[in-house]
Formats: sequence, C-alpha cells, structure tokens
Amino acid sequence: MKELVLISGKGGTGKTSLTAAFAYLAQNKVLADCDVDAPDLHILAHPEIIQKEDFRGGIKACIDPEKCLQCGACLDACRFGAISDEFRVNPFACEGCTVCFHVCPESAIVMEEKVSGRWFISETRFGPMVHASLFPGEENSGKLVALVRNQAKVLARQRQSELIIVDGAPGIGCPVISSVTGADHVMIVTEPTLSGLHDMDRALQLVQGFRIRASVVVNKWDINPDVTEQIEGLSAKRDARVLGRIPYDPQVIKALVQRRCVVENGPSSAGNSIRTIWKRLEADLSAE
Amino acid sequence: MIISVASGKGGTGKTTIATSLAAVLGSRSQLVDCDVEEPNCHILMKPVLRTSEVVSIPVPVVDMDKCTLCGKCGEVCGFSAIIVIGDQVLTFPELCHGCGGCSLLCPEKAIHEGSRELGVLETGLAGPVEFVQGVLRVGEAMSPPLIRAVKAKINPEKIAILDAPPGASCPVINTVSGSDFIIMVTEPTPFGLHDLGIAVEAVTQLGIPIGVVLNRADIGDTQVQSFCRQKGIPILARIPHDRKIAEGYARGDLLVTSAPKHISLFVKMIQNIQSRIGNQDKAVGIGAL
Repeated sequence: MKELVLISGKGGTGKTSLTAAFAYLAQNKVLADCDVDAPDLHILAHPEIIQKEDFRGGIKACIDPEKCLQCGACLDACRFGAISDEFRVNPFACEGCTVCFHVCPESAIVMEEKVSGRWFISETRFGPMVHASLFPGEENSGKLVALVRNQAKVLARQRQSELIIVDGAPGIGCPVISSVTGADHVMIVTEPTLSGLHDMDRALQLVQGFRIRASVVVNKWDINPDVTEQIEGLSAKRDARVLGRIPYDPQVIKALVQRRCVVENGPSSAGNSIRTIWKRLEADLSAE
Repeated sequence: MIISVASGKGGTGKTTIATSLAAVLGSRSQLVDCDVEEPNCHILMKPVLRTSEVVSIPVPVVDMDKCTLCGKCGEVCGFSAIIVIGDQVLTFPELCHGCGGCSLLCPEKAIHEGSRELGVLETGLAGPVEFVQGVLRVGEAMSPPLIRAVKAKINPEKIAILDAPPGASCPVINTVSGSDFIIMVTEPTPFGLHDLGIAVEAVTQLGIPIGVVLNRADIGDTQVQSFCRQKGIPILARIPHDRKIAEGYARGDLLVTSAPKHISLFVKMIQNIQSRIGNQDKAVGIGAL
C-alpha cells in the first residue's frame, strides 16, 4: 500500500482540485482530507457519511470561582497569558499545559477535556474517504491529521486498497508536518509566482528533511513561464521530480462551480495535462 | 488601530490586499506579516531589513547530579515532552510547549531551561512603511509563539496591517485576536464560500467586526454574496479578475502598481473600516507609492 500526499506551501495553488482529479482517475484507492482546518475535498467528492466520531483534541483549564481565593499563583505560573485578572481562563489562549492545575493551593482548577472537532468515514463517488473538521479556532490540528491518516490506513487494509491519496494543508507547520511524516511520496503543487516559488522551496526543504520522495507540479504555468522554469530548475537541483505543467484554463473554475473536477468534463487543456501527470505519477509510485 | 487580513481558504489574495493597503497608507502604516510558515509580504514590499533576532521557546535541560528520578516532571508534562525511564530522563524538545511546568515543579530543582529555535523575527522599512515579519524555521511545528513575538512589535502609533495565515485554527486566532477589524478575503467559488464560513465562525467568537473583500469577483458564482447578505457582513470591495494583476503578482508587483486604477478602492476600504469601528482620529491620506 502506498500513501501519496499533496501539499503546496502556498495556499490556493490547486491541491484539492488536483487531489479530486487523481481520485477520479485512480483505481482502488482511499481518500483522506488532512486539511482539517478548512477541508474542501468533500465539496467535489459528495460524501455519504457512514461513521461520525468526536475528536478529543486536548484539555483546557477551568477555574472554580467558589474555591478560588484569587491568590495569583496560577496567574504567575501561566506563560500563555491565558488567565485574566478576574481569574477566568481564556480558552483560546490556554494550551492545556496543566501548570496552573498543579500550582493552585486550593485545588480550584480542573482540566476539562474538550471535543474540538469531528472525523468521518464516508462513501463517495470516488471511493471511501476519511475526513474531519476541526471546530473553528481550535488547536491540535496535527493530532487530528494523524488520526485521519491512521483511519485511512485501517480502511485501506479492510478494502484491500493499493493507494491512499491525502489532501494536505497549506503552510509548513503542525498539520503539514503531521501529514507528510512517514508518507511514501509527497507531491508539491505550486504556481509560477515568486510567492509560489518561495513557498514551494520551503515545503520541499521540509519534505526532504524527512527523506521522503518529492515531486513537483506547476499549476497555471503560463501565468509566468520564467518563474515556471525557475521552479523546475530548483526542483531538479534538489532532486525532486518535475511531473508536469498544467496550463491556466477557465474550465477548472467552471467544473468547480458545478462541484465536479475538470477531468470529468470532457477534453480540456488542463484536464489533458492532469491525465498525463497522473500517468507519470502512477508509474513512479509503482516503481518506487 | 490594528486591521487583520484573513481568509480561511489559502491563495485568495490576503497578501495582495494587505500589501496594497499598507502601500496606499504609506508612512501611516506598519505591515506585519504573521503568516510565519510562508511569509510572502516581503516579496511584494521589498523591504530593507534592519534587525533580525532569533525567537526561541524554553525547553527542559536536566541536571542528572541533582535528579532523583522521582518522575514528577513526566507526571506534570501535558505534552509527553519529558519522561523518566529506568535511570534516565528522556526529553523530546520538539514536543515541548515551553510552559515551564517541569522546572517549576521539580522538587529537587534539577531542571533548568535551555531553548529551541522557532524562527527569526525581522524588522525594516519598505519605503515609508514599517515592516515586520516572522520566518518559521523549516521543520518547526509550533507557529503561535513566533506569531506572538511578531505581534509584540506592533507600533500603536501606526495603522498596523496584519497578514494572517490561511485556515481557521490556532495560528489564525493568535494573529487576529486583539484586532480592531478583520478583512476576510475570499473568492466566489464553492471552496471560497465554504472556508469563509469556517473562518467567519472562528472569528465571530472573538467579537471583532469583519468585512469581506471579494477577489476575482467575476469568476465562479454568486453564493458568497448571498452568504454575506444573510449574515449581515459588509462587502468592502470587489476586485475583478484581471490577468494583468495575476501576472504582476507573479513578478512580485503590488496590485496598486499593476492596476493603479484600484488605488481609490483601497482608500474607500480604509474609510469604510474606520467608520465601522468609529475610529476617526486618524484621517486617511494617500502615502507615496
């Protein structure tokens, strides 16, 4: 079983559209949406949820005003500024470290477990999918990403699937690190802008730091052919395989508005390029 | 005054809007790039950087001469970053949040604090605009403490424009909390709409007024507009899709440089925001571009 993860560094370069297109083209696969902050793959996959579970991401301090003598021990010990002068906990600032709980001489603080998201197993028109949503503003997205990937592996074993396709998050922080560690192949989807180049460079450094096989795709390459060449040059220098270019094509947005992916909608310049890229990727995955 | 620029979905034009706003405000503004995972404002603003400092968080270092292997540190650590196994104390600095619990609560005072580098904090000037950015070290998972360090540089004398990371979880909340206004940049597609909904829900809990900028306003469909009408969220500006703007951005040009006709749109946006938060003490003028 192989695990393919799509990331980008910069947001909005086409990760989810490309993931959905691969999902349409690939045989016998399981999908996982690991952009748990702002998951979008379901918009194209049209899932029917068959299992729904709570995600308990962490704990938060809670002060009992009946027991609290306002001695200030917690206020002095908290490094996250999570306790107000009125001795109330700001749940957005609390990291659940438990220091206040341990230093309170009155045992007035309890740590409460919080449901901070949900995760789902669904059947979709592309095949089975594991997805999740972190409640808005919550933390511990890395933990939820790890859970989604594990569930996808369990599901892939049950269904005897050969491939897991993972839609990752933008950036290079906690959820992205959690999405790529231990993966077989990471594809970086970028765009030919100086920001796209800068961000794919950092994403590539991250992936190669973990010694994972990386490939690069340039989306909307004709917006700036010079930067496209710079991206491909940098990728080659870093030993990341350039799998192809996708041209700017209004058909992609048209398909998105219909909640479909571009490869489903008959021949188009973007769709044709994506099919070619998928063939190369499929060959690479089975050779690796 | 602090204005954050956020989005939910990535790639909708946060950095485009933040940089052009700062450029139009000129010397009245300070541009603060809080997207520390992938900071891009510098590409468009081309600042001259003057200071650079490493930002770290404290992590435990154990003095084995004093340690009695009592196990208290492992018991109190909420992140499994320190544990006593046999006659050893293992630490996992990359899991540590720097809360200081283990060193504070060690009965033998056997733990002092070393540091783990999170990234760098840089300041400078982009023409007349004060510039601040954080750059997360590649491989570092924890951005919020670096974002807080970046925000500590906010100049209260200026209109601070904060470029937020995409998404709707803790890095976004850390960026936008304390703002006077949040601009949500989105695009009129099902993805843009869905992620705008999540981001709006996240920031509504903070009680900060928001407005939407609809970028590439003429692609896609009209559902974002219906959503904003339903929720009573003002649309501050509509920027049409323009290949010239996209090509300018690709080269690293500001939107107001590739399409100067939109300068007035940014001036109106700032006036609109100021009237909404009732802060009229700083009249808006157009700075040097």
